[in-house]
Amino acid sequence: MTQAHSHSHTALPVHPADPKGFVADWSSDQIAFKKVPWGKVMMWIFLVSDTFIFSVFLISYMTARMSSVVPWPNPSEVFALEIAGKHVPLVLIAIMTFILISSSGTMAMAVNFGYRKNRKVTFILLVITAILGASFVGMQAFEWTKLILEEGVRPWGNPMGAHQFGAAFFMITGFHGTHVTIGVIFLVIVAVKVYRGDLDHERPGFLTGRRGNYEVVEIMGLYWHFVDLVWVFIFAFFYLW
Amino acid sequence: MEHAADQQHPIGVYLKIWALLFVLSAASYAVDYFHFEGYLRWSLILIFMLLKAGLIVAVFMHMMWEPIALIYTIMIPPLLLVVFIGIGALEADYTFFLRSIFFAP
Repeated sequence: MTQAHSHSHTALPVHPADPKGFVADWSSDQIAFKKVPWGKVMMWIFLVSDTFIFSVFLISYMTARMSSVVPWPNPSEVFALEIAGKHVPLVLIAIMTFILISSSGTMAMAVNFGYRKNRKVTFILLVITAILGASFVGMQAFEWTKLILEEGVRPWGNPMGAHQFGAAFFMITGFHGTHVTIGVIFLVIVAVKVYRGDLDHERPGFLTGRRGNYEVVEIMGLYWHFVDLVWVFIFAFFYLW
Repeated sequence: MEHAADQQHPIGVYLKIWALLFVLSAASYAVDYFHFEGYLRWSLILIFMLLKAGLIVAVFMHMMWEPIALIYTIMIPPLLLVVFIGIGALEADYTFFLRSIFFAP
């Protein structure tokens, strides 16, 4: 009895898409998601709540733009740059998009090499990710400066059209830029941990008694990919629409 | 912990998705560059956006390899946003209607 009984309770379905797994996880004893590290679940729950924050910003932007009787400034023109005497629309935003996607790529590889316990490559990839993230923030600072000083965009008005443009722009991209900045700091902290071998030697981290391991890199990665994910939506709805 | 190796996938998967994200980003930039307008523009933007978001969440964030219970826990609450978008659109239409009658220049 004990053999069959314990087996039916501990074994989760083999295939992850099996709906039986849903029931098994949610009806399991004491802990749901037994196969998932708790830190990862917590990060996902934070990211879901962050999804709602960014969604609220984007929905209020939609409401402001749809209800405006004054034409909305054309982002394709507002964010155009003169390069070698040629007028290129949205070019800086496109570069920023490619940079963020590249940083997501290096982050995903860092997670992979982390689980292979390749300390050196993981560290290098994390540093590259942080540099790409920092350059994204730098370009955003350039973009803001140009918009404020040259185009005269303010949160309460601008010369090109609907007054709500500035408020929506500074709120949405500012909040996203803050996320990238926090992400870069987070990346540097994790990179230092990897470099020192804290994760290999399972040393406890700052303010915690839990032993370090390479799941930390994956959890960091979830946050970083989320920042990239939010940019996908901002790029589509704010810059391209 | 025994599940540490669960998210161990070949490097090639990431490189392919990375390349695909580059192509999709270039495609969505092209939508603006070639001045597509109207429903064609909006539908292309949405398609490329959803494909990029899907690839990032499914592969880079390892969602497709997570247990089904966690996938539902993460994916179902944001569906409420569809209702919220609907409410926002209704409200915006109504405000636009009133502004057009009383305040339009």
